[in-house]
Amino acid sequence: MANLEIMTINMGPQHPSTHGVLQLVLELDGEIVRKATPHIGFLHRGVEKLAEHRTYHQVLPLTDRLDYLAPMHNNLGYVLAVEKLLGITDAIPERAQVVRVLLAELTRIKSHLVWLACHALDIGAMTVFIYCFREREHIMNIYEKISGARMTSNYFRVGGLSADLPAGLEQEIRTFVNDMPGHIKTYEGLLTGNKIWQKRIQGVGVISAEDAIDLGVTGPSLRGSGVDWDLRRDQPYSGYENYDFNVIVEDGCDTWARYHARLKEMHESCKIIHQALDKLKPGPILADAPKIVLPPKQDVVNTIEGLIHHFKIITEGFKPEVGEVYVGVENPKGEVGFYLVSDGSPRPYRMKIRPASFINLQALPKMCEGSMIADVVAVIGTLDIVLGEIDR
Amino acid sequence: MSVQAAVDKLKARFGDTVLEISEFRGETTVVVKKEEIVAVCTFLKKDVGFNFLTDLCGVDYMGQSPRFMVVYQLYNIGTHTRLRIKAPVAENDARIETVSGVWATANWLERECWDLMGIAFNNHPDPRRILLPEDWVGHPLRKDYPVQGPDREPYQGRLQ
Repeated sequence: MANLEIMTINMGPQHPSTHGVLQLVLELDGEIVRKATPHIGFLHRGVEKLAEHRTYHQVLPLTDRLDYLAPMHNNLGYVLAVEKLLGITDAIPERAQVVRVLLAELTRIKSHLVWLACHALDIGAMTVFIYCFREREHIMNIYEKISGARMTSNYFRVGGLSADLPAGLEQEIRTFVNDMPGHIKTYEGLLTGNKIWQKRIQGVGVISAEDAIDLGVTGPSLRGSGVDWDLRRDQPYSGYENYDFNVIVEDGCDTWARYHARLKEMHESCKIIHQALDKLKPGPILADAPKIVLPPKQDVVNTIEGLIHHFKIITEGFKPEVGEVYVGVENPKGEVGFYLVSDGSPRPYRMKIRPASFINLQALPKMCEGSMIADVVAVIGTLDIVLGEIDR
Repeated sequence: MSVQAAVDKLKARFGDTVLEISEFRGETTVVVKKEEIVAVCTFLKKDVGFNFLTDLCGVDYMGQSPRFMVVYQLYNIGTHTRLRIKAPVAENDARIETVSGVWATANWLERECWDLMGIAFNNHPDPRRILLPEDWVGHPLRKDYPVQGPDREPYQGRLQ
């Protein structure tokens, strides 16, 4: 006689496969999950509150710490929102735009590598982890050469970039993206034909297109359910309309479909990076807006205007006019948006971040209720959540 | 359907409920009465095609009346257009009807709005705090909540 008692168990927040401090309370009927309740907030740092007390330039480093696996995308979303608020979107120089796209796509590959590594590790394919982190290390080195930091890059600026690319880096990136398709083939060789991998993810974590839209799921998780929507194509920013790439849509609605969607996205990112490198021409990297953009150090020490602007921007900041804007960008995990309200002061009156992982996580109970407890780990992996962004 | 057409349709259907329409940097914002928020959202979803709720949040305009605004960022996946709906909420009656029946996304976003801004949502299916512990006192994103915490000297700001 089967025991029909429901058992409640706790998964996390110190569980290795919850990708950070996520706690799930699972109500189990044997091995079947009847109810899953996520508990979040363990990493809450009050970024939105802090932003209200900093000038627009000072908020930028806070955004790195949201989705720390894709810091460039958070920087990009934030600077685009501030530029829109200021009305200088069209004044951003060509070179800055191209470098932004270049690094955003490099970051997408970096983020997807962590996803694949951890997803495979959670399910038991340990080798893939080492391979993915080998390639990720290359990107980290590129990051370090560009910005001085391996993770929290803080490289983009309102109006352009903080510095130009170091000499010789373009060739290094070119070599990396030339090799990358071969590496992706290696990962596929380790996983796609692997019977255990197939059994663990095919038909697991199914969510229909209607449910996914209703729950606000975005990014590859939504495109894995057959919804053809990508902000890079549909609301282009930073010059994405000038690049030739495909939006990857898979119809399977399961973890297997999302696995393929993300792998193919890495190939598309390589394509975009090649095009960006071809477009990269010497030129200015900052907009001609002296009251907004920090002047070059040479001007600060040699000219009185430069000194004054530097002093004013550092001590007071710039004052956008009263208004409100929302800008969403296609982060590797989904749509990350910044809603900024300005009251005419040098600090944001209100900044609301639309976190992709937070809203995607909301779909987790729907995706794992009624399935086996072992599938919960696969669903967490396939949603590609990062708790820094969920808790903010 | 363009945003302008959507706004015209909304105005034709709801009339007096629409309090204000504004445009800034190409983004359209419509302020509606909070009593009709569920009807407005249902209409925008079913008849106008704004099938995706991108974000929901509260803004505290302390010193103004009404004090709060609840902001809904809508997206139309068919035409790729955005629309912002706002509903004013008074300080002495800081509650509004839930839209989690219209878009399931709103469930957690409204919990966050309650948790951090202290705006309650009537008939919400799960009205708990989400980011802060259950026994937390106060709502940190309110303008009268000090950035360094309630048990310290109020933050004066480095720039003042």
